[in-house]
Amino acid sequence: MSASKRLLIIGGLALGIWAMGFGLYYAVFIEHQTLDQIASSLTSGFTFAAQRRLPEARTALAASAQGTYVYVRQVDAHGHWIGLAMLLIVLGAAFDRVGFEERLRFILALGLFAGAVIFPLGVLLETLSRGGAPKFLAIAGSALIIFSLAGIAAGFARTSDP
Amino acid sequence: MSSAAHATRESPALFPPLGARRTFVIGGILLILAGMIFGDIFAVFVLHQNGARISDSFSAATNAVATGNVAGVSIAFQNIGDFLENHGTKVDAHVHMIGFGYLALMLALLQPMIAMSEIAKKRLAVLFLAGAVLLPVGVLLIRYVGLADSPFATIGWASIFADLGGLLVFVVGTGEFAGLWRYWRSRTQPAVVDELSRDRSWSNRALLAGGALLVLFGFLHGAYYAGFHLYSSEAKDQALVSTMAISAASNQPAAAASALRDYDQLQVAQAVNVAAHSHIIEFGILAILLGLFQPYVFLDEPWKRIWAVLLLVGSYILPAFVFMELRWGLVAGGIADVGGLLVVIALFGMLTGILRYTGRLDAPNGVAR
Repeated sequence: MSASKRLLIIGGLALGIWAMGFGLYYAVFIEHQTLDQIASSLTSGFTFAAQRRLPEARTALAASAQGTYVYVRQVDAHGHWIGLAMLLIVLGAAFDRVGFEERLRFILALGLFAGAVIFPLGVLLETLSRGGAPKFLAIAGSALIIFSLAGIAAGFARTSDP
Repeated sequence: MSSAAHATRESPALFPPLGARRTFVIGGILLILAGMIFGDIFAVFVLHQNGARISDSFSAATNAVATGNVAGVSIAFQNIGDFLENHGTKVDAHVHMIGFGYLALMLALLQPMIAMSEIAKKRLAVLFLAGAVLLPVGVLLIRYVGLADSPFATIGWASIFADLGGLLVFVVGTGEFAGLWRYWRSRTQPAVVDELSRDRSWSNRALLAGGALLVLFGFLHGAYYAGFHLYSSEAKDQALVSTMAISAASNQPAAAASALRDYDQLQVAQAVNVAAHSHIIEFGILAILLGLFQPYVFLDEPWKRIWAVLLLVGSYILPAFVFMELRWGLVAGGIADVGGLLVVIALFGMLTGILRYTGRLDAPNGVAR
């Protein structure tokens, strides 16, 4: 089995197990509490507004928005890790059909694997910091995925009949 | 597929009637079919009606704020929470059913390289399918079972069984990984000759190339949406919710009503973009997977081509017209549903072919049994 194929299949399985473990931990220990916090902040915001306590209303609505911001990214990171893990395994299974030299195929596989790890990690880190570094990671990761995927699609198109 | 460690002997990859690989393939396609049919029913009978109810409840909350009715606010948000739970649990059930279906097909691909006995592989396959059914069914029932007789304060029995399903899938994933690792580390396991990797039929190539393009389009759309719309959309969402509450409290009903209308439109735009992005990538992965399994679709070549084309056409129609819902509304939604139906029909066609598979590839001389 070629190194590129092995990287995609083992990397995909490892990433999938990591993502499922993260999802399980998230569902049991974080998700319900986060959703409760979002709902209670939103309700409090409107309740304060009904009581004409506008500063408190704004604070509660901002807390709700912050909770939603974090929740969306946590779920996105989990979903993208799982989805990308599946993509790695599937492409790994078909990687013999990519009509390039093994060296280029390995570079494409490495780019795809690195992007699959980095992109959701960047998204998840955005929950800890709204600075540029997590966004840069997410953008760099998604760019790696897109360029690698374009190369792989071109490689599939180059495949000739045996 | 041979490597230095596995260069001396070769053994064929088998697809016995009650074997692990066939269990994963048939179970996986059935899970995808169940998830898609459930998704179609959800889209037609629940999605839009539920969205309208959430909008009505936000309107009620805004009116309650305007009149200083604290109890009214509380009731409105209880209703919103209820409608969101209804929406969220059904989406989760749909997504997990299909996701586990994909995972089953992928594990089927890897079966020849899992170094363990066929009985152990079969047990893992059955355990996987049990978890893959338990999790979405449990999630679906969360709303109906609630906290009845639960030993926990915030998690009910349906949630517990859903988490148990997730745990089973996790255990199987770890077991398969261990088997794969054992295969690669072993110098005594024979190299596997898998006919699936040798297929170059028209339907195989069409599904591989079409699927790869679908995935690429999905990533390009996702990157465009994240780069140009995601952050502004989130900021707008927060500003509109705040405007609804503060304007209603400040005796500005027109501003509150306008914010509510804009908020509804924003929710639709966000949902449509997310749905188009996820569906196009999922259908791409599905097409690639089914392309790899074409040797097991025991049908004449013209029929295999028909199902492959139907699957690809439906896979492009559904996400494209989900996206067009922003302009064409329910007409586009109806066309998207037709796209989903084409994929379902193609899946049934391929499943029929897999159920008819006679073991021709397993036979030493390639003759069907």
